[in-house]
Amino acid sequence: MSDNAVIAAYATRLGDNALILGQRMIENVAAYPELEEELANANFALDYIGQARLFYTYAGECEGGGRDEDDFAYQRPEHEYRNLLLVEQPNGHFGDSTVRQVLFESWYLLLLDALCRCNDEGLATIAARAIKEVRYHLRHSSQWLIRLGDGTEESRARVQASLDQLWRYTGEMFVPDDLDEDVRVMYSGPDLGAIEAAWRDNVAGIIDEATLVMPDDQSMASGGKQGRHTEYFGYLLAEMQFLQRTYPGATW
Amino acid sequence: MSKQEWPLYEVFIRSKSGLSHRHAGSVHAADDEMALNNARDTYTRRNEGVSIWVVRSDKIVASDPAETAAFFEPAKDKIYRHPTFYDIPDEVENL
Repeated sequence: MSDNAVIAAYATRLGDNALILGQRMIENVAAYPELEEELANANFALDYIGQARLFYTYAGECEGGGRDEDDFAYQRPEHEYRNLLLVEQPNGHFGDSTVRQVLFESWYLLLLDALCRCNDEGLATIAARAIKEVRYHLRHSSQWLIRLGDGTEESRARVQASLDQLWRYTGEMFVPDDLDEDVRVMYSGPDLGAIEAAWRDNVAGIIDEATLVMPDDQSMASGGKQGRHTEYFGYLLAEMQFLQRTYPGATW
Repeated sequence: MSKQEWPLYEVFIRSKSGLSHRHAGSVHAADDEMALNNARDTYTRRNEGVSIWVVRSDKIVASDPAETAAFFEPAKDKIYRHPTFYDIPDEVENL
């Protein structure tokens, strides 16, 4: 791949993580039991959509083929989305969503931190902006995990089950593929091995404070980065792309 | 199903350094940290602040509306306590 193609593919992947997680969170809008949490969730979702816009626009520029952010978001088939399986997992109950956010955001924060120091100015600039948002998101989600884990017997049992259930989607975050390696070697990009060690420390700290038990490393699911998604993804995409698929090029 | 309400917190926001915190509104929250988060997410979305205070509403000691007359009326006819006889220069902001 040419240099520009590497950055375009990598920016697309980062955009996919942000867009798909943001779309999942938007499904919860108007469904939260407390007004304040409702506002927080909607704001965080929009933060992620905003990040996706920046990554997609940049991917389009690097690609040089005239695709804009909407083309990336709405005009691609399922296998072209390269987001992590974790971010496409259904919202489930509040504890499920909370665990998903904590596991992803702990990783994403470390990834963005590394990207701030990479040699591609475009990625570094977007990462520097996004990291401020994600630092707060993680503060919010990890406090909730601690509150639920160290809460009642029921909340503790339910959120432990969420953790055990979602743990299998954390493995692929740390397994570099060719694209990860290209970005690391050519642009001093993130070292996923180093991120894994830091992630484990941070997540173990949160889990410990939440009086929860760190799950065993079971067999890990993977495939998101290659475009092989879980069964839930098609439904998410169908809803998200409905308007552009039904009325191509619609504007308002 | 009965629903137990989270306690109410009053939110005070300092809009920029040098100014005092002002009452912005209130939020519900289950604990102090959540109150701070909720205040941030509810009242500073549009870059309104550089500092937030939250305090449990039931910790605030308030004057009794029935005693308004006794509390405040005596000051009303003492205009010599008001600095209204000075001209304020245009350059003075935030007074």
